[in-house]
Amino acid sequence: MSAVATAEQYCTFWVAGLYFGVAVDEVQEVLRRQPMTPVPRADRAVTGLINLRGQIVTAVDLRVRLGLPDRAGDELPMNVIVRSRGEVVSLLVDDIGDVIDTAGVDPQPAPSTMPRAVQDVVRGVRPLPDSILLVLDADRAVDVATTPDTTGGNP
Amino acid sequence: MDDDAEIIAEFLVESHENLDQLDRDLVELEQQPDSRERLSSIFRTIHTIKGTSGFLAFNRLEQLTHVGETLLSRLRDGEVVMTPPIAEGLLSMVDTVRALLDGIERTGRDTDPAVDVDPVVAVIEGLLAADSVTEEPDVSPAAPSVTEPAPPEQEYVEPQPEPEPEPEPQPEPVSDEPWDGTERRAVVDASVRVDVDLLDDLVDLVGELVLTRNQLLQRSLGSADAELVRASQRLDLVASELQESIMKTRMQPIGQVWSKLPRVVRDLSHQLGREVELVMDGHETELDRSLLEAVKDPLTHLVRNSLDHGIEPPDVRRAAGKPGKGTLSLRAYHESGQVVVEISDDGKGIDPVAIGAVAVERGVVTRDQLARMDQRDVLGLIFRPGFSTAAAVSNISGRGVGMDVVRTNIERIGGSVDVSSEPGRGTTTRVRIPLTLAIIPALVVGEGGERYAIPQANLVELVRIEGDDLRRQVEDLAGAPVLRLRGRLLPLVSLAETLGGAAPEDEALTVVVLQSDEVRFGLCVSEVHDTQEIVVKPIGRQLKALTMYAGATIMGDGRVALILDVAGIAGTVGVGATQQEALDGRAAAIDDRTALLVLEVADGRRAALPLAAVARLEEFGRDRVERSGASEVVQYRDGILPLVRLASAIGLPDTSDQGEQISVVVHETGAGAGAVGIVIDRVLDVVEVTISASEVGRRTGVTGSAVVQDRVTDLVDLEAVVARSGVPA
Repeated sequence: MSAVATAEQYCTFWVAGLYFGVAVDEVQEVLRRQPMTPVPRADRAVTGLINLRGQIVTAVDLRVRLGLPDRAGDELPMNVIVRSRGEVVSLLVDDIGDVIDTAGVDPQPAPSTMPRAVQDVVRGVRPLPDSILLVLDADRAVDVATTPDTTGGNP
Repeated sequence: MDDDAEIIAEFLVESHENLDQLDRDLVELEQQPDSRERLSSIFRTIHTIKGTSGFLAFNRLEQLTHVGETLLSRLRDGEVVMTPPIAEGLLSMVDTVRALLDGIERTGRDTDPAVDVDPVVAVIEGLLAADSVTEEPDVSPAAPSVTEPAPPEQEYVEPQPEPEPEPEPQPEPVSDEPWDGTERRAVVDASVRVDVDLLDDLVDLVGELVLTRNQLLQRSLGSADAELVRASQRLDLVASELQESIMKTRMQPIGQVWSKLPRVVRDLSHQLGREVELVMDGHETELDRSLLEAVKDPLTHLVRNSLDHGIEPPDVRRAAGKPGKGTLSLRAYHESGQVVVEISDDGKGIDPVAIGAVAVERGVVTRDQLARMDQRDVLGLIFRPGFSTAAAVSNISGRGVGMDVVRTNIERIGGSVDVSSEPGRGTTTRVRIPLTLAIIPALVVGEGGERYAIPQANLVELVRIEGDDLRRQVEDLAGAPVLRLRGRLLPLVSLAETLGGAAPEDEALTVVVLQSDEVRFGLCVSEVHDTQEIVVKPIGRQLKALTMYAGATIMGDGRVALILDVAGIAGTVGVGATQQEALDGRAAAIDDRTALLVLEVADGRRAALPLAAVARLEEFGRDRVERSGASEVVQYRDGILPLVRLASAIGLPDTSDQGEQISVVVHETGAGAGAVGIVIDRVLDVVEVTISASEVGRRTGVTGSAVVQDRVTDLVDLEAVVARSGVPA
């Protein structure tokens, strides 16, 4: 977990009340809600495809991905566009925070009591004075089950 | 010849580059005559040109560079020291090389009479002969001859006003004089090398532009702003042309892939003890470079296959009355927006009976299914995974890369492959590849409020069924809907259900008939929009496992639409092998009901055949009927189809000749043994009924009769009818 101590600046956002951060150099941009084309039979975490200036980007809903409760129907998600292994993927989050500098705050391992699904995508936590930042591993966050969902399509 | 021209052009470009370097090296060498580094560089350049010219049979060029090389090697090894005459001699050699190259560029040969190599060769040979007296700059044999080679060169013609008795040609520059005067851009100036990544970026950008254009066109269509309409029309035109040009820059001749094949064929034929002549036709046929990459391995595999399984050893061939040397021919050509590559050999061909037997043995198909397949379908079995004829496995082509992999790879790029063969005569495999991958024509359909694109290459036809027809033509076989389409059962797949929803209940059905190699099925969709050119874009890793999508595209309104993968859908819903089997199983289970083909014979009399016995319905012009011995035959699918007049066979007057055409029910007699054409008056209907047959009317060719659709109908004794044709049942 200490191997990632080099990244100090994080782009932050909230998902179901959790405060997450992704290293700024992994984030391409942040967008408001985009028109989305659903992908039937895809994993439920895949909300759809968006047209990002001609590039087709898969949107992954972090709430679903992390096994957190679904967003209320009237809440519009924001897109955090991240680059992961040569592809661009959008993470759907509840709200965007600031870009923060965590210099001086040492990363710590994620508490073992956190839900498994969350621990799996978190590189560690950084306890800030007024909140605890969960450092997201974008590569792992955008990985969804690749076996098709046989129970039916997504909404 | 085209191939040669290409190699020569490459040689010229390369040599010109080398010569520029050579000039710089020589000039520097004059400054520092003992620079080993320069000498080595010059030596390498001349050596390269010499090597290639020998290979291309440019004898004069070879002769010239050979002596030059010898002199240079002496210099390099320190045996000879650089002197002004030597430098002069080398420079004149370089200039003559250049003149020869110019000649080659113009004429394709190095025999331009205006360029004389002998004097230069003589000078250098003189220098070589005199190399023991290296110190003296005024070597006698060298001095006079140095002046001689000068004339052919353009630069310093003037200072030598002493042309010997020689005639005119030399003082004039050798360029463009002996040629027809048409000014051509030199090869070097006519092309640039471009980074492949840059090219790919350009393709992406053009894709963007095309999409934006689509968007704009849609908006401006209803616009009252004439200026905007005109501008967008111009944009439309420019974007199309730009797209075409960019695509062209990525086109490469298929000869590039083929260039490795002569070697493969040579090595393999040695290894296998075959004698093979490789004939290649259509090297210049171009296709997109990304596709070229993708077809390389499949083509090589097919060529290996031809050698291994097709062409027989020489003694076997001679015994069969064929020349000992087999011919493997590759042919590439453009056909309706696709590239077709044919690999054919004159070998032993594929025996459908053997294929069928192995397929049944391996459980790829059941005996029943096999009996109903036509020859083409039987040959198609070799593309099934897990299929290999026992005799076919060898260390050459049995290495785990089966024909199924070949097909998968070709289909992945939107192509198709099929094989036809004549036992004893040879096999032809035909590979069809789209010209370019990035932009394809597609049919856009609607389902659940979203649009989906279906590649046009897979599209067979659109069928709309309404009202009564819907009830009559679409039937449910134990939950599997099928459509009767011209006498054949077409499995139906609902797009809505495939996508995980429920099939809508509707008064009408829109069926998109799709074909992915041997699998044909009907996709029921809610709406059909239009056909348009779409830009294929990859979809993310998260969706790779979903084989029903081939990618995505962006529609005119900026929204993303998924591209359906026809083969993937067939696999997902299990049409194809498994679904066909399921259908057959179900059909057999409902054994109290029989599907019958109801026919009219003898001017109004009704007869019925089991539908399962019907391979196809055909019509032939009456003039196509020929005689072979006592029987009537037609030429059909590269073979001969014996005909039986059903009316005569069941003891009725024959009236099937009343029209211009005769209607024929093709019945295959199993295991590819043969087919019989049963001539009837016309097809009335296809019905599925519970037959209560009676003995009434039993006679030769008729097992009895039954009431079908309230009419008494003769039940045809197929065996007896077929027996009349002389074909074993």
